[in-house]
Amino acid sequence: MQSPTPRTVVDFLKYGEDGSLYLEGHRCRDCGAVYFGRRSTCSKCFSRSRMDAVAAPPRGHLYAYTIVHRSFPGVETPFIHAVVDVEGGGALRGTLLGVPPDPDDIEMGMPISITFEDAGQTDREGNRYMTYFFRPA
Amino acid sequence: MTDVYIIGTDMIRFGRFPDRSVPDIGAEAALLALDDAGLSIGDIQALYCGNLLEANAAVGQRILHLIGQTGIPVVNCANACATGATAFRLGWMDIKSGLHDLVLCVGAEKMGKGLIGSDRKPDGISTEGLLGSNTMPTIFSTLGMEHTRKWGTTLEQFARVSVKNHHHSTLNPKAMYQTETPLEDVLSSEMISYPNTKLMCSVNVDGSAAAVLASEKKVRELGLMGRAVKVRASVMTSDPYTEHDLVLPDFSTCTRLAARQAYEMAGIGPDEVDLVELHDCFATAEILHYENLFLCEEGEAGELIDRMDTYLGGRIPVNVSGGLLSKGHPLGATGIANIYEVTTHLRGEAGRRQVEGARIGLTHVVGLGNACAIHVLEKTD
Ligand SMILES: [Zn+2]
Repeated sequence: MQSPTPRTVVDFLKYGEDGSLYLEGHRCRDCGAVYFGRRSTCSKCFSRSRMDAVAAPPRGHLYAYTIVHRSFPGVETPFIHAVVDVEGGGALRGTLLGVPPDPDDIEMGMPISITFEDAGQTDREGNRYMTYFFRPA
Repeated sequence: MTDVYIIGTDMIRFGRFPDRSVPDIGAEAALLALDDAGLSIGDIQALYCGNLLEANAAVGQRILHLIGQTGIPVVNCANACATGATAFRLGWMDIKSGLHDLVLCVGAEKMGKGLIGSDRKPDGISTEGLLGSNTMPTIFSTLGMEHTRKWGTTLEQFARVSVKNHHHSTLNPKAMYQTETPLEDVLSSEMISYPNTKLMCSVNVDGSAAAVLASEKKVRELGLMGRAVKVRASVMTSDPYTEHDLVLPDFSTCTRLAARQAYEMAGIGPDEVDLVELHDCFATAEILHYENLFLCEEGEAGELIDRMDTYLGGRIPVNVSGGLLSKGHPLGATGIANIYEVTTHLRGEAGRRQVEGARIGLTHVVGLGNACAIHVLEKTD
């Protein structure tokens, strides 16, 4: 059966109580390191069971990127693979949209907004998926 | 504890062998290394075998099925692109511990063509292109751009690494490619992932390499001191926590950690190294590792290649074998093949690509996950 609300492409992209999407980080209560994805132990300071779930602000800065021209068969290229430092801590990788795939048009450190959009794909059961993208802020 | 020596080593010419099995090419390298040491498989007390893509298939035992079933212990190991170096280090640990006096280390791999990486499908849809990319070139290209961000490294500087390593491979009869590849050819080849073009990506080839390790007592008993090469340091690290490591694998921090430990264990500084075989899986990676191995100051890697300091005949020759970029990169064999290369120079047997007067050499590999392995080797008298 098709699910009423779209699924999310990664487990840390979540629906809040009001039905809007957010990125769930886990912040270490001891050292402040932020991780995306479920975990109970901090790999930076090794402290256990002191991870607080936090809603990460959907913005950050471009840390590094590459322009992917050759990918797996069937994947449309070129696209920009980007690593973004998320405001408040932690980093994500994803696809940067809204900028031409040309190094002259991409500025290191540029402000990024993280948007939540339909992935444009369905799985074999016909389920829709929501994903996150990076766009220039 | 005893010192550990390499008394025999060899590799097959890297290439594509669709009609041969992994154990078959591994057996060939094993016999070549035994011949180089003047020994038989009957002399060997343990076998350490590195292979990644058939990690569950008892490749080591199947090599013995082909060259001699002596009943010795066999350990098969897989450790990403550090697999071969890991097998070598297991052999080193064995001799170092005093357990055995003679062991054989073999690395063998057969590669498919094309991109390495995984097109994982969480909950049923492909994330390739959606959440960036999962290909190997993507990782090392992004790391190159991180270097560009910090130090202004140019596309041409990255490309010159490939020109150099392809040039070196013209002097190596065991390299997959042996063709001069000028800068304009490197730059005009297909862009894979900016700034790495196709000619700035390592070559997927089949290959094997092997080394016989011995204790000091055994080397003297066999009268091999002089041609034997001493292992001055063997170090492995994994990736320590750094801010971006989980989304952008950090091969620099684990390499720096390993390099510091290796120089300390060997009791030398980077300026005492005469040649280096480092993990140039992509041209961008070699630039990073110049600094990670302390061959130059931070931020000066681009100038190092511009000045041709890492060419044969330069201040510190790097990848005179042709490197992964031109000799080829059969994952499980690579770590032992670069030990073969450095050993050959320390013995003064490298022919046209000989680094004159080489006394100390360093080998380096990294594997995604991450693993880093460094060995420092020294000529004996
Ligand atoms: Zn912590």
